[in-house]
Amino acid sequence: MPALDPLRLTARVAKRLLVDGEISSAELTKVYLDQIAAVEGHVRAYIRVTYDNAAKYSTKVDREMQAMRGPLAGLPIAIKDNMVTEGVTTTCASRILHDYMPVYTATAVRQVWDDHVVMLGKTNLDEFAMGSSTENSSYQTTRNPWDLATVPGGSSGGSAAAVAAGEALWALGSDTGGSIRQPAALCGTVGMKPTYGAVSRYGLVAFASSLDQIGPLTRSVYDCALLLQHIVGYDPNDATSVALPEPVALPDAERLDGLRVGIPAEYLAVGIEPGVRARFDETIARVEELGGNCVEISLPHTEYALPAYYIIAPAEASANLARFDGVRYGYRCADPVDLLDMYERTRGEGFGPEVKRRIVIGTYALSAGYYDAYYGRAQKVRTLVRRDFERAFADVDLIASPTSPSVAFKAGSRTADPLSMYMCDICTIPVNLAGLPAISIPCGLSDGLPVGFQLIGPAFSENRILQAAHALEGAIGFAPAPTFCDSGADAACLGAHAGTEAQE
Amino acid sequence: MIGEDDVRYVAKLARLRLDPDEVARMAAELAKILAHIGKMSELDMTGVPPTAHVLDVVNVTRPDKPRPSLSRADALRNAPAVSDDCFRVPRMG
Repeated sequence: MPALDPLRLTARVAKRLLVDGEISSAELTKVYLDQIAAVEGHVRAYIRVTYDNAAKYSTKVDREMQAMRGPLAGLPIAIKDNMVTEGVTTTCASRILHDYMPVYTATAVRQVWDDHVVMLGKTNLDEFAMGSSTENSSYQTTRNPWDLATVPGGSSGGSAAAVAAGEALWALGSDTGGSIRQPAALCGTVGMKPTYGAVSRYGLVAFASSLDQIGPLTRSVYDCALLLQHIVGYDPNDATSVALPEPVALPDAERLDGLRVGIPAEYLAVGIEPGVRARFDETIARVEELGGNCVEISLPHTEYALPAYYIIAPAEASANLARFDGVRYGYRCADPVDLLDMYERTRGEGFGPEVKRRIVIGTYALSAGYYDAYYGRAQKVRTLVRRDFERAFADVDLIASPTSPSVAFKAGSRTADPLSMYMCDICTIPVNLAGLPAISIPCGLSDGLPVGFQLIGPAFSENRILQAAHALEGAIGFAPAPTFCDSGADAACLGAHAGTEAQE
Repeated sequence: MIGEDDVRYVAKLARLRLDPDEVARMAAELAKILAHIGKMSELDMTGVPPTAHVLDVVNVTRPDKPRPSLSRADALRNAPAVSDDCFRVPRMG
């Protein structure tokens, strides 16, 4: 068996090794289970590691390789714990779903299961995917493997940290306002939010139904395309799902000749950290070196996107989360005196602070007397944000921006001020409001922490985005090297080679 | 401006029990958040239609044919309390 570095191994290479018979799925899976054993105590990316399932299923794939041959067969994956998985608890990192055992499986997960991927476990998230640091989990705080004193971003922070820490080959996440792209940026991985509707939301526990979208977190753009190929498609169980006009292609571009890339002035005026700005500017220079043409553009309603989002998303959430009432599943408070008492205490005790905050904002915005001023107005802002993008895409092929205004921040540094946390997603939220596809790829380091570069495209331009990101990724040559150090503690680092030691 | 009474009223609508500390904290936080959200009122929205949904799909239906759905046992599997094959809840107040 060749030496495998879980911090660097891509699905593309792992797949070739499997197909060529150089490694077995059981051996490959063990690489990740060993890395989990080595670093998970510090990273805490998983809510549940499905050790037995992973070991047994990978062995089964090896044994039945002929029957189970498929493009993803035997490749291990991590799944964000807001996608329901039959027979494996799904918590949404919420106390209210503490022991919830799904009786069906989300379509996107079902699709990769049918391709015989090996599930490693369910990853941590901000409760019900509400947050930008994964600190809103009711169970544990995930740490960023590049500096254990910092957060991995969120809400798909567990998936991003698992990939960055070599605890998973790749992962699925979900993105409502940046929840795939921002943690991908902070952890130095690739993350993509597909066009709204491209991936079925059936079995994704709903946060904001008109914004939510499942997508991949991977170690390369090629892997991102490979995984995306297997989760897209129309699903009769999701009335808002649609078929992509063309299949997802595996990217091979090395140049960007003739590609017109717009740089929205408004995205660079929102307090981007100097180190993030420097890496962004260097990456724009690379776009030009590869033959692309970068031009400044304007998305004039950008500053109104965040306010609109913080009405629309909580409004939809307040309706979606009404189902958690202690009747059909999940937590129920002890000794309720009557039905109303049960509803109120179950929800008061079952939900964490951020979820309660959003339920209250959403209910307020939808309540009599405030509906037009808040929800109605936010929906109109949404129209203006969409039109901004439509106008821009008349002149450019893609739009580029930093994914996050900052690199990974210290755990606890923003939890006291919800608004400062909401600002994390200022460059990603407009994309969800407009339903567009976008990718974040690592474009270098600032103060030793990864910086993300975001490419946004028109609806259903996944292939254009993936091709451009692939060419750019090659030119950037980002080398993942999480240190597993804790800048806030004197304790010795786990060491950059925690992974390679674990696989001897 | 949102105050503690508004928070208590909205929490009641949302069937969400908050303790007094939570009410006070949330009123302060929401005042800040709503002040930021108030930025939307700078815009002239005359003639701007609302967007509820970005996809160009309407009235998605499926054939009206019976098909297997969740079994009763599966539907009840996660229920906190069950009696006579039904969800059991406390009495109405």
